[in-house]
Amino acid sequence: MSDRLAIGIDRIKCDGHGVCADLVPEMIELDDWGYPIIRAGAIPPSVLPHARRAVSGCPTLALRLQRVAARR
Amino acid sequence: MSIALLAGPPGGQGMESLSPHQQRLGALPAVPPALIDSIERSNLRGKGGAGFPVAIKWRSVASQPGGAPVVLANGGEGEPLSRKDRMLMEQRPHLVIDGAMLAAGAVGADEIVLYVGADHVGAIQAMHRAMTERTASERARLRLVSAPVRYVSGEETAAVHFINDGIALPTSIPPRPFERGIDGRPTLIQNVETLAHVALIARFGDDWYRSLGTGNASGTTLVTVGGAVPQTVLIEIPQGMALADAVNAAGGITSDSDAVLLGGYFGGWVESSTAWGLPLDADALRQLGYSLGCGVVAVLPAGRCGVVETARILAYLAHESARQCGPCTFGLRAISAAAGRVAALTPTPGDLEHIQRWAGVLAGRGACRHPDGAAGLVASALRVFAAEFQLHEHDRRCSVASLAVAAS
Repeated sequence: MSDRLAIGIDRIKCDGHGVCADLVPEMIELDDWGYPIIRAGAIPPSVLPHARRAVSGCPTLALRLQRVAARR
Repeated sequence: MSIALLAGPPGGQGMESLSPHQQRLGALPAVPPALIDSIERSNLRGKGGAGFPVAIKWRSVASQPGGAPVVLANGGEGEPLSRKDRMLMEQRPHLVIDGAMLAAGAVGADEIVLYVGADHVGAIQAMHRAMTERTASERARLRLVSAPVRYVSGEETAAVHFINDGIALPTSIPPRPFERGIDGRPTLIQNVETLAHVALIARFGDDWYRSLGTGNASGTTLVTVGGAVPQTVLIEIPQGMALADAVNAAGGITSDSDAVLLGGYFGGWVESSTAWGLPLDADALRQLGYSLGCGVVAVLPAGRCGVVETARILAYLAHESARQCGPCTFGLRAISAAAGRVAALTPTPGDLEHIQRWAGVLAGRGACRHPDGAAGLVASALRVFAAEFQLHEHDRRCSVASLAVAAS
């Protein structure tokens, strides 16, 4: 499958608002300071709409969807 | 080794000027058409710490769209325990420049930036003098830039950021520098020692280069040996030499030792009983789960506590964080603070468990690999000094300090 997607993040842009963990808890949890810990690997199809919402809802636009092969 | 990076007049005599350099090794050859293939067969890996295969990197840069590439010779050397890059530049600047010229020829670059840590004064002077000895057309392609004194200055994206904008802080990837770096052009960033090896491979061939190593290992490598040895020294060894032999070549140990810090602050602690027999070869160490890093071998002296030393390094790394990414800014700071309390025998409940948990989720969560390095160091310390950490946290006792008390 060529379009298997994962969640990528720009760590410098991320300010730890934590919106993403609310929107897609299947893929993202927060560390003790509120910064996302993103599960590695492809987003399950059923979760993809939530992931898209997390990407567009990030207040600092730090999230993106990227092909699984990319390193981060 | 009659021909090697540091062969020739002893280093104490200062830099090797262009004419003795050429007498010893011959003139800089034209770029051999199959230089990248030859480098691939030589199995040369980057000597800056990450150990990435050099040939793969060069091919990536050479095949990038986006204008003529730039070569950045990285002599930032922010690692506090390493001396190799600054001393190589001080003693053999023409080898570094030769290697950079060859790299430029191989990837089609028309500009070379020599990036040298501002505190490496001798290296800057030698590189500058070496530049003035080159021909006018060579000089026109060379630019010497002094890097701010900061641990992250030598990180690839930080170096590019500094040269482009005067800000020596890492940037987010993508784009990686080989895609878009200096002036937006594809940029080959290679550690100065790596380039010096290229200068020899281009002259004497990959068969010759491979034969310098021990066993399956190829070539030579520069190693800074410090800690429980008579003095911190830079040595060049056949790659694959046993760690104990390298320590002996540096004068031998001056005290018993329980552990060795291998690879520097981004490397890890190894029990001495294991460490002595390890081959100093980037490939072999990686397969064994260790890292040669930038070639640092630091022997923990008797009377020094591994927990205290680890806390000291973590304090340094936390301080040197660029503070751009949350996990590094806050996570590393918290780990360092907890480790400091444990080291000082004033732990708060849960400190050790917190260190373990926080360090466990640090890797891969920065724009650069600063947090990854710290996480690896913590993991190795918790393994090698497990009993000592327990003693510090639960009994509020340090076995080393109590020995000192008992002896007094």
